[in-house]
Amino acid sequence: MEIFTQQVVSGLATGGIYASVALALVMIYQATDVVNFAQGEMAMFATYICWSMLNAGLPYWGAFLATLGFAFIGGVVIERVVIRPVENAPILSIVIVTLGLLVICNSVAGWIWTYVQKPFPSPFPSKPFKVSLGAGETIFGAHDIGQIGITLFVLLCIYLFFRFTPLGLAMRAAAQNPVSSRLCGIRVGWMLALGWGLAAVVGAVAGMMVAPSLTLEPNLMGGVQIYAFAAATLGGFTSPGGAVLGGFIVGVVENLVGTYVSFIGTELKFTVALAMIIVVLLVKPSGLFGSTVVKRV
Amino acid sequence: MTSRLARHAGLLAVLALACMLPFVLSNFRLFQFTQVYIYAIAILGLNMLTGYNGQFSLGHGAFYAVGAYVSAIMMDRWHVPYGWTIPVAGVICLVVGFLFGLPALRLEGLYLALATFSLALAVPQILKYFEHWTGGSQGIVLSKPKAPLGLPLSPDQWLYFLTLAVLVILFWLGANLLRGRVGRAIVAIRDNHISAEAMGINSALYKSLVFGVSAAYTGVAGALSASVIAFVAPDSFNVFLSITLLIGSVIGGLASISGAIFGAFFIQFVPNWAQDISKAAPWAIFGVFLIVFMYVMPFGIAGAVGRIWIRMTRSRVLQAGRDPAPAHHAHTTT
Repeated sequence: MEIFTQQVVSGLATGGIYASVALALVMIYQATDVVNFAQGEMAMFATYICWSMLNAGLPYWGAFLATLGFAFIGGVVIERVVIRPVENAPILSIVIVTLGLLVICNSVAGWIWTYVQKPFPSPFPSKPFKVSLGAGETIFGAHDIGQIGITLFVLLCIYLFFRFTPLGLAMRAAAQNPVSSRLCGIRVGWMLALGWGLAAVVGAVAGMMVAPSLTLEPNLMGGVQIYAFAAATLGGFTSPGGAVLGGFIVGVVENLVGTYVSFIGTELKFTVALAMIIVVLLVKPSGLFGSTVVKRV
Repeated sequence: MTSRLARHAGLLAVLALACMLPFVLSNFRLFQFTQVYIYAIAILGLNMLTGYNGQFSLGHGAFYAVGAYVSAIMMDRWHVPYGWTIPVAGVICLVVGFLFGLPALRLEGLYLALATFSLALAVPQILKYFEHWTGGSQGIVLSKPKAPLGLPLSPDQWLYFLTLAVLVILFWLGANLLRGRVGRAIVAIRDNHISAEAMGINSALYKSLVFGVSAAYTGVAGALSASVIAFVAPDSFNVFLSITLLIGSVIGGLASISGAIFGAFFIQFVPNWAQDISKAAPWAIFGVFLIVFMYVMPFGIAGAVGRIWIRMTRSRVLQAGRDPAPAHHAHTTT
C-alpha cells in the first residue's frame, strides 16, 4: 500500500510536467490550429538558459523568473518571425516548420552547451517528507511535492489570467473567432503571439521542474513531449482543462504500469505512450473532454 | 514529342554517368553514392504517401527499420542469401504498412502526424526490447556480400550496381503507378477526398494501399542499407532518421519523383560538409533549410528546377514569336 501511494504521488509529480506541456500544446493548438512539435525543445532551451544563469551565480528564484521572461520573449518572437509567414499555409507546411524548429533548438543547444549531461539543482530541500497515513509511514520526495505545488500554481495562474483579465478574454476571443475579434478592435496577430509566449513560459516551468530528476541534456524533453502528446490526446486537443487532467492521468498510469506490469518496466516507456495515443485516437478521437470539430466543406 | 525524346536521352545520359562512377571514385565515395540511392528509394516511398496522397508520416524510419531488421535477421539466423531478403523485406513492409494504414484512415492531418511521430520515437525501444531476435542494443553484425558469377567487382562496387538497379526498377514502377489511373486517384484523394469518393474512388482502399506501397519502398531501402552498411543497431533508427527522410522529401520536392533523388543527395552530402563546422551543425543547417524552403521553395528543388525549365523554354518560344521570320514555325512547336 505504501508503495502504491508513493507511486501515485510521484506519478502526480511527473503528471504535472506532462500536464504543463500538454497545456502549452493545447493553448497553441486552440489559437493557431498548430501542434507545436518544438514545444518540448523550446522548454529544454529555456532550461539551459536557466542553467547558464545559475552557473553565473544568480540565486535560484531570480534565475527562474528571468528564464520565464526569456521564454516569453522567445515564444513571441518565434511566432512573429517563424510561424506567421506560414499562418495560412497547408497544415503540412506548418508541421514541417515546427519540426524545423525542433531540430534547430536541439542542435543549437548541443552546439552551445555540448551533449554532456549536466546536473540541475532543485529549489526544494533534499530531505524527504515522512507522512503517517493510517497504518504505516510513507515517504515522499520533497522535490515531487514541490513540483506538484509549482505546477498547480502555474496552472491556476493561467486559468485566472484567461478567466478574469480583459487581455485573457481578448486572447480567447482571438482564438475562437479571429474575424469578429478583429472587427471589435482586437489585434488578433499579437494575441496569437502572446499565446505562443505564454505557452513557452508554461513549457519552461515544466523544463526547469523536470530537469533535476532527469539531468539536463539536449534530449531532455523527448520523452516528456510524447507523454504530453498522449495527455493532450487523452484530454482532447480542444479542451485545456481536459489536457491538464489528461496529463495527471497519464503520469499516474505511466508510473503504476511501470511498477506493477513487469514486462513493460521502463524499457517500453515510449511504446506505452504510443499505444495510449493510438487507442484514444481510435476509440474517441476527440479525447475525453474535447468537442468534435465539424468542418464545413 | 521532342521534349519527351530529350528527356529520355537525358535520363540515359545520367544513367550512363552513374554506371561510370564506380570506376573513377574511391570506395568511400562510392559507399556514399550507394547510400544516396538507398535514401532516394526511401524518400520516393515517403513522397507517394505524403506528397501524392497527402497522408503525413513523421515515422517512416520505422518501416526503414523493419526492412533492415527483416533482412538482417534472415541473413544472420537462417543464412538466407541477401538477394532474397530484399523482396521479402519489401513484402513484409507492404503488409505492415497496409495494416498500419487501416487505423490511420481514421486519423486525419495533425493526428496522423502525432501518431507517426510517436511511432518514430518508440522504434528504438521496441527494437531493443525484442533482444532475442534483434540482438538488443548490440545490434547484428553482417558481412558484405561478394559479387556473384565471378564478376571482377569489389563488394562496394557490386553493392553500388545492385542498389542502382533496384533504384531504376522501383522508380520506373513508381513513375508508372503515379502517372496512370491509380496515380490520378491517389492525387484526387489528396486534393478533395469527398469529390474523389463521389467520382467512385474507393478512398479507404487506396489510402491503405498507398500506405502499404510506401512502406514497401522504404522497407526495401532499409533492407539494402543492412547489406551495404553490414550492421544494424536500434539507435540508428531513431526519430532523427524519420525526420531526415522527411527533410529529404521536402527539400527535393514533395509530390515529385525526381525530387526524391535531389533530396537524397541533400541529406547525404550536406551533413558531411557541415560536420566540419561542429557536431551539431548538420542539424542546425537542416532545420534552417527546412524552414527557409517552406517559405521560398515549397515545391522543393524539383519544383524550382521545373519552373526554371519552363521559363527557359517559354522564353525561347516567345523570342521565336517576336522574330518575324520564323513566326509560323513557333506556332507549330507550341
